[in-house]
Amino acid sequence: MDVRFTSAGDTAFNVEFGEAIDRATNARVMALHARLKADPPPGLVETVPTFRSLLVVYDPVATGRREVQAAVEAALAGSTAVPAAGRSWRLPVCYDPELGPDLAGLAGALGLAAERLAALHGAPEYFVYMLGFMPGFGYMGDLPAELERPRRREPRLRVPAGSVAIAGRLTTVYPWESPGGWHLIGRCPVPLYDGGRPEPVLLAAGDRVRFEAVDRAAFDRIAGEVAEGRFDPAGLRAAP
Amino acid sequence: MTVAADADAAAANADARPCLTVVRPGLFATIQDLGRFGYQELGMPVAGALDPLALRLANALAGNPPGTAGLEIALLGPVLRVDAGSVRVAAAGPLAMTLERPGQAPEVLAPHRSHTLRRGDLLRLGAVEGAAVACLAVAGGFALEPVLGSLSTYVRAGVGPLGGRPLADGDRLPLGRGEAPAGPDVELPQPPDYGTGPLRVVLGPQEDRFTEAAVATFLSAPYRVGKEADRMGLRLEGPALEHRGTADIPSDGLVTGSVQVPGSGQPILLLNDHQTAGGYAKIATVISADLPRAGRLRPGDALSFRAVAVEEAEAIRRRQEQAIAAWIQAIRPARPAGGIDLEALYAENLISGTVDIVNGGSDLPLA
Repeated sequence: MDVRFTSAGDTAFNVEFGEAIDRATNARVMALHARLKADPPPGLVETVPTFRSLLVVYDPVATGRREVQAAVEAALAGSTAVPAAGRSWRLPVCYDPELGPDLAGLAGALGLAAERLAALHGAPEYFVYMLGFMPGFGYMGDLPAELERPRRREPRLRVPAGSVAIAGRLTTVYPWESPGGWHLIGRCPVPLYDGGRPEPVLLAAGDRVRFEAVDRAAFDRIAGEVAEGRFDPAGLRAAP
Repeated sequence: MTVAADADAAAANADARPCLTVVRPGLFATIQDLGRFGYQELGMPVAGALDPLALRLANALAGNPPGTAGLEIALLGPVLRVDAGSVRVAAAGPLAMTLERPGQAPEVLAPHRSHTLRRGDLLRLGAVEGAAVACLAVAGGFALEPVLGSLSTYVRAGVGPLGGRPLADGDRLPLGRGEAPAGPDVELPQPPDYGTGPLRVVLGPQEDRFTEAAVATFLSAPYRVGKEADRMGLRLEGPALEHRGTADIPSDGLVTGSVQVPGSGQPILLLNDHQTAGGYAKIATVISADLPRAGRLRPGDALSFRAVAVEEAEAIRRRQEQAIAAWIQAIRPARPAGGIDLEALYAENLISGTVDIVNGGSDLPLA
């Protein structure tokens, strides 16, 4: 299948595997990412996987585009090593109208009861296509087609940290309070970014996520444990 | 020993640690190194010094490795008190500095040379004029704990030293060494040359998402930095750039220097705190040799763009590295205008017995 190289100046280039946001395209991105990570050519700084392309960052003083692209082409032609299987997570989410201020309005617009919207959102195992926007912000798909809505016309200036949100065929959990245009349908009490953890970012591209509905009492209890430093997110890892 | 006494002893030890104490924080001073690479796949921006050339030169003057973290100062700098036996500092960039030493008249300190300060001195960093930022390096660097391998500060998410925020009143910036290094203060013979003319870009990665007229306009029209300008990027004002179809693409990776164009057609030049990925088509990327210039741009500054090929951009960068190495090589013992810096000379003589006032490092006996 055709691969396209596009320039991002003299420190990076993209390896594009198409235009589509789908698992098959993303699997090729992740496979190349894994291969270059395992066997980096000289002068490689890092690689950044996104939906359908891999950004290859290099040091133009130590090497050059020609050399790095040749190494990437060789990696592409080499064995079709599959990326390491991602981890599996179960993230608690409270679908409470107070914590998900768009829940009721969005359910109305979709012609669904709020409970039905929550059940549909909680049904699939999501795939983390990529991280971006802010540290730890995962773009997860695919959202059930019944829940597909464009982003809000007026982005919020302040989305609370932990907000569980949807837009298009994607869902996410905001790791930080930040501006944001996605629809807020609930809240996760576990921080997706915690500078106090050895690995501050919880999710990685390629991970899989299930949302588990919890009631307000359980949400408050977990939030309290997090605040007191007693919550170990390793407990959210599902058995492989 | 009681727990309370232990705590007191620990506090006393902490107080005794050599540091620079922030007496006034200035408007926006952050600790930065050359960036937090390696974590963009987690959505972690690179951050780092907007003007990496200034940081590297300040570090060279302070005798540090090039990537040592220093202070990046925007607008108006902090006032720092020396709570260490002595410390050597050096600034690069258009930074006003004054030394207030007890019992002496305030003394203006020049950038692009080092200065050796002693306990109790107040270093008053003033306005940054003519560029967005200047850098201050301290010999030995700051004894701070790196976050994900870097001392760069990413304020938006509070990542980095000092909790990822700018300097605040009363901050104590621990120093990597308690005394200034031996030897005279040094200077750059000339301020660094950042070059002039259009910022050079490599077209792409999505130049094909723009009309031919838009690409031609981008490469010829004058632009101006708008009011919305920060460490994330600069909104540019000038002729709108027309997309072929929509401005939206599946989000892909960004670099410092990416020029993304949202639906409004007004380009945004992304700087060090840019997000790791974005969904707007990017018409071009500023080449790495011109990023120090881009990082110095302020609201109201005029700019334009000229295209070069990737190979040319790489060659320009390698030539620039040779020039920087030559400037660093030319660093020499500092001599104030009008004569020899006798204080530095005597200090050097006391330590080594000999100094070459012209070239440094020879064995011309003076004492």
